[in-house]
Amino acid sequence: MDTIAEIPKEEYVLKCTSACAGCSDSLALRYVLKAAGPDTVLVVPACCTSVIQGIWPNTAFNVPVYNIAFGAAAACASGMSNAFRAAGKKTNVIVYAGDGGTLDIGIQAMSGAFERGTDFLYICYDNEAYGNTGMQRSGATPLGAKTTTTPAGKTDAKKDIDAIIAAHDPPYQATAAAAYPQDLFKKVQKALTFRGPTFIHILAPCPPGWRYSTEKTVEMGKLAVKSGMWVLYEREYGRLTIGAQSKAAMKKPIPLEEYLAPQGRFKGIDAKTVDIIKQRIARNLAKLSAEEAAP
Amino acid sequence: MKKIATGNKAVAEAVKQVQPGVIAAYPITPQTEIVEQIAEFVSGGELKSRYIPVESEHSAMAACIGASITGTRTFTATSSHGLLYMHEMTNWAAGARLPVVMANVNRSLGPGWNIWAEHTDSLQERDTGWLQVYVSTVQEAYDATLMAFRIAEHNDVLLPVMINLDGFLLSHIMQPLDTVDPGDFIPPMNLPYAIDTKNPAGYGCLTGPDQQFKVRWDIERSMRDSVKVIEKTQEEFAKRFGRKYDFTEDYLCGDADVIIVAMGTLGKEAEVAVDLLRKEGVKAGSMRLRWLRPFPKLNLKGKQVIVIDRDYSFGRGGILATEITAQTKEQVASIIAGIGGQEVTYEDIADFVRHRCMGTEFWFGVDKYV
Repeated sequence: MDTIAEIPKEEYVLKCTSACAGCSDSLALRYVLKAAGPDTVLVVPACCTSVIQGIWPNTAFNVPVYNIAFGAAAACASGMSNAFRAAGKKTNVIVYAGDGGTLDIGIQAMSGAFERGTDFLYICYDNEAYGNTGMQRSGATPLGAKTTTTPAGKTDAKKDIDAIIAAHDPPYQATAAAAYPQDLFKKVQKALTFRGPTFIHILAPCPPGWRYSTEKTVEMGKLAVKSGMWVLYEREYGRLTIGAQSKAAMKKPIPLEEYLAPQGRFKGIDAKTVDIIKQRIARNLAKLSAEEAAP
Repeated sequence: MKKIATGNKAVAEAVKQVQPGVIAAYPITPQTEIVEQIAEFVSGGELKSRYIPVESEHSAMAACIGASITGTRTFTATSSHGLLYMHEMTNWAAGARLPVVMANVNRSLGPGWNIWAEHTDSLQERDTGWLQVYVSTVQEAYDATLMAFRIAEHNDVLLPVMINLDGFLLSHIMQPLDTVDPGDFIPPMNLPYAIDTKNPAGYGCLTGPDQQFKVRWDIERSMRDSVKVIEKTQEEFAKRFGRKYDFTEDYLCGDADVIIVAMGTLGKEAEVAVDLLRKEGVKAGSMRLRWLRPFPKLNLKGKQVIVIDRDYSFGRGGILATEITAQTKEQVASIIAGIGGQEVTYEDIADFVRHRCMGTEFWFGVDKYV
């Protein structure tokens, strides 16, 4: 996969979704499903994707979608995957969950499903807040970001869900961004070749939540990577490989302020908080580089 | 085949015979023996199920839901706090029209930590859309579990079924058990709306105010239709295996002036109390309620009714008594007894009848007879 032309033309996210303009959740899902193909079931907990798929009796998704309660996606998928495998079916079972449904309310079911070696792909599309309910803070909201429940800016840091997943030692995990569809496409295809639990964490910038204008969605994802705020990598059987885009960013990062400034949620952030974010980015990059370099 | 078994083992035996495709299990006293026994069957190859040792009861029911929607037969078991923890998902299973079968070993709710029999756990699930049956012997636990799969999966029902058995009083008591070869008594599961990737559909999507009531009505319609399915299943069971069951088990009710209504083991104990009272010249009878949902039409005309509740709804009263007073105009005396495993003997039950004060509520161990 070297060019975008090699991505299948089949669409599984059909026209007329009820997504917001500039939604990168639906952008990412479009490529996830292109990579997964038609023999796929999506398991979706309460999140933006519950809304985006449309209102009964219509659905905008051209694969079966099983909607389930907020904290139950991974457990539901675990039953589904076992049932398919027991019936000799190879159907892909993909959880497509937001950050609240993953880092917060869904973490127990997810941890259980990973520990039990469930054969499924868990995708967390991360817009760094409870988007569907109107942008309340989640465990994924970054330090300093304003949400409707942190009107003065979040005072706690973003939870490192990737490290938590890594502690479960899955055969494959990756980070991705809606802004890099080819990279995302390849990672989904790869994840689905493994037996057992795999995880992809997608950064999904959200115009109404992050308070930037809709046409900047792709640019916002790229700025996150270029500033080092978001790092693209894969961990295959515990071996970490940092992606080329993030390698380039590590060599020559853009100033963090270029990422923060277009976003209303960081408006008025104080210099001290920016400094703490910068230190955290540096520490994260050093940790990942050391892990990649380790024998 | 005749053997001796506990209530828990009887349930596990029945599950082995119906061979669910997926079983999700989480331990909780006094249910644990069911999931342990099933694990033994699976590991010994007698039961060809996928056994998912989930990390919580919420996940146990969620896993059953995920498996069931593929058209696979599913089973789980729980008790007390476990049942309450899965409450969100018990609603989901019924709402999603999935024929999950679950054994609930009735146990009190904390605090304090009390592991003994009480019905408040399953009665808090009363309004979820599950069919509920309460059993009184080890044999009945086995028979009801077999029948539960046939009833739940019947295409006129397609609702989950909960088999309730009293903690310790039944789960851990050894009684004779006669197992059968179910043969084609339980046909293969055929879920008309099972997930099919060749025919993609959205399940449980956003449903507006112009549609949701129809979905809920459909549950009620099936709940009503389930009455016939239960009747037919029980008739067919009697024909094939020789054991007869009805919505209630009536004992000397015909000529009785006073009828004791209770569920579970207390309902069985009441029969002994009836014998005792009859010797004293009291024309007593006992009506053990087996099916709580769908709630049957009880024939109580012209009788005094003593309802024993091993449960309570604070600020209202015994839950069974409330159900019965809503259905009948007859005089009812409500007895609250057996809470948290409180010992209730047939002598005590006879006393409830001897000292009955119609139209009142009597907490056994708290109130004094007048």
